[in-house]
Amino acid sequence: MNYTDRLQNVSVLGAAGKMGSGILLLTAVEMADLKLLPENKDKQFVLNAIDVSPSGLQGLMKYLKTQVLKIAEKKISWLREIYASRADLVENGEIIEEYVFEVLSLVQPTSRIEAAYGSTVIFEAIKEDPTLKVTIFSNIDKNNSNKPWFFTNTSSIPIGNLNKDAALEGRVIGFHFYNPPAVQKLVELIKADKTIPELVEFARQYAKKLKKVVVDSNDFAGFIGNGHFMRDALHGIGEVEKLSEEMPFIEAVYMINKITQDYLVRPMGIFQLIDYVGIDVCQYILSVMDPYFPNEELHSKLLDILLQNGVKGGQNADGSQKDGFLKYEKGAPVAVFDFKDKTYHTITAFKENCDKRLGSMPTAFQPWKVIMKDSNKTASLSQYFKELKGMDSLGAKLAKTYHQRSLTIGLQLVKDGVAHSNEDVNTVMLTGFFHSFGPINDFMTS
Amino acid sequence: MSKLRRKIYITAGYNTISMGTGRKEFNPKKERAGLEDYIKEAGMGVLNQVGGGKLIDECVISNFMAARYNRQANLAAFFPMIDESLRYKPAIRVEGACGSGGLAIATAIKSILAETADVVLALGVEVQNTVKAVYGADILAGAGWSKKRKNGHAHFFPGQFSDRAGVYYQKYGKEYARKAYSRWFGNMIDNARLCPTAQEHHNTMANPAETHFKAEPNGKFFVDHLNVFDCSKVSDGASAILVCSEEGLKKLGVDKKNAVEIISFAQVADDITKDPENPVELTTVKTAVHWALQSASLTINDIATAEIHDCFTAAAVLAVEALGLAEPGKGAQYIIDGNTARTGSFPMNTTGGLIGWGHPVGATGIHMAVTILEQFTGKAGKAQITIPANKPYGMTVNMGGDDRTLTAIVYKKAE
Repeated sequence: MNYTDRLQNVSVLGAAGKMGSGILLLTAVEMADLKLLPENKDKQFVLNAIDVSPSGLQGLMKYLKTQVLKIAEKKISWLREIYASRADLVENGEIIEEYVFEVLSLVQPTSRIEAAYGSTVIFEAIKEDPTLKVTIFSNIDKNNSNKPWFFTNTSSIPIGNLNKDAALEGRVIGFHFYNPPAVQKLVELIKADKTIPELVEFARQYAKKLKKVVVDSNDFAGFIGNGHFMRDALHGIGEVEKLSEEMPFIEAVYMINKITQDYLVRPMGIFQLIDYVGIDVCQYILSVMDPYFPNEELHSKLLDILLQNGVKGGQNADGSQKDGFLKYEKGAPVAVFDFKDKTYHTITAFKENCDKRLGSMPTAFQPWKVIMKDSNKTASLSQYFKELKGMDSLGAKLAKTYHQRSLTIGLQLVKDGVAHSNEDVNTVMLTGFFHSFGPINDFMTS
Repeated sequence: MSKLRRKIYITAGYNTISMGTGRKEFNPKKERAGLEDYIKEAGMGVLNQVGGGKLIDECVISNFMAARYNRQANLAAFFPMIDESLRYKPAIRVEGACGSGGLAIATAIKSILAETADVVLALGVEVQNTVKAVYGADILAGAGWSKKRKNGHAHFFPGQFSDRAGVYYQKYGKEYARKAYSRWFGNMIDNARLCPTAQEHHNTMANPAETHFKAEPNGKFFVDHLNVFDCSKVSDGASAILVCSEEGLKKLGVDKKNAVEIISFAQVADDITKDPENPVELTTVKTAVHWALQSASLTINDIATAEIHDCFTAAAVLAVEALGLAEPGKGAQYIIDGNTARTGSFPMNTTGGLIGWGHPVGATGIHMAVTILEQFTGKAGKAQITIPANKPYGMTVNMGGDDRTLTAIVYKKAE
């Protein structure tokens, strides 16, 4: 079965979710583009969008329509060539409309898992629950005579375990998109010991067609992305706990969030990132990873407390940020949650005092947005860190410790064999997390 | 073309801002001024200079495709909205694609010559930012023959002029031609920066010509032989002017020092169903310019400045040749040598032209006339050039489609 034949009948599980909808969009477009090639004109293509939520599926179709329209507008020159023989399609507008229809008509939304029984490729983007994933994989595999290939979007569960527990005979691979899949260029590719080579080859071809940057990760819980992020987050939480001994908790959260965003020149602070991913999701990922690392404690009591208080973070259906560690207005943090009195405290009330305690920023500091557009980014960052290194303020000390911890995590991922190289670790953090520099660098040593 | 049987003047010109990408105040996500707002602003801009609309005898509005951009036709009926005194007066709409504005002035001239009017309000308008560029390309393609659309480029008109540029490259050298395009782009940005209503007025490029030259055309993303800087932008805007007889000027109480005389014009069209006979020649431009100059008993060497139709840099090079300023293939060198720069021997498009000032399609021909009026009456502000005393003549060349509908007008400082 060649690449095209393999993609003739595909199912996406969890298609209405944040990740699933993006995976569905990219796959639908790829399948439609194959279908439009003259040599495939007699082939049938089906993409089952499977989700437990009927209302979610309705929202999915609206999302697809909007996104496919944008994609079609961008590739109008190619579409004009593809539809050259259609005399009825003359204007760009007519061609774009036809293409959107073509893509949407491949998609069959359904809440019935049975739809996947006829598929040859299954993309899975459901809850990060190993038992649930195994049950569903196993169910589909038993009822599907095509010996389908499974692509799991897990960000933490070892693929080898899924393969073994669901008895998939090597027909599963980790294909971890970053959020949102339609925008983020990075995919972590994780093959289990027994993953069949043909599946790996297909996955690489599919990633290439989607113009993704592929980083191979070895099959260790958390892989590279969460391997770094979770440990980095735990460090931040630890720093907050330490600072809380001498200052209010909310001020400590504000400070560490500022250290990670401003001092480490990242797109957002660590607590904003935890909120973005979801406190519950982070806790779940940690619980999945923890058993595989007996020498580490991958768990946070603080996350447990927040969740007990109903503070979860994550996003609303419209993509806006839910409150978590921080409270948001128009996407920007405005208050910090204090689990002791269970209320949010406005940042402006203590910001000035905290900033004063942290001390002044290095004069060479430039915000993340500016640095990312800087054509001499590395030189600018070198200058910035050189200055930071010589500073003795509380902010500088916290930043240097954080920077060192991030470096140690990165190096450990390579040493433990999770990542193949320093470069792979950096690529994941640069491409998947939009850091302005990779964790493995010599800014503080040179 | 024979000499005009009455003296014709233009006065009281007005341009709105040419709005679109490049202007600081442009935000495609926010509600913006509509077609009627631009018509009203430009119309009032003229009428306020002459005490209202009472003395206006006729009105002409030029527009290309409001029916598609704005779901609006019957544009002549917008004149009474500008000023109640225009109710029940003759009003007409003309269309000749990007050459519509030229047609409005030609129509006004004819009314004056026919003695049915002494004062004609000519107003051009286009509001294009209502659709994304990919759909705007469909609308603009209407300036070509509809039967050619199917096999045309997604970006239809850039495709047409890219084809012309490709032949020019082949014949005379790509780097040579692109150097001229870069110089032209640089000149237009320089000029636009001096004109507050220009779309590129806020342009902050350190070295526009160099930026242009570095941007290699890429057919994969746009068209084969042109980059985006080679193209005029998508614009919302309106321009208006009064076309008058000598009696008309008197009635309005306008001193001749605030007017410019139209001494000849040529309005010609060629077959839209035919491909260009010679891809590296703008034959219809050449014809219109020839007739207009001959009718004025002048040569191109008598002209101090011209507003030419640089919808693309490639069109500017071909226009320089069509005007007779350079032999075929030498137009590029003429521009490279700086002749068309504002300090050159033949300054062109002194407020930025279509590339720098903007190209609100139906308004462009009138904007050209307003620029000539400003330059010859000393009212061009920072964009003012010196008009040599021995060359009191100016010219506008407004082109519709790919060298199909042309109006060339010769102006003279009023005496």
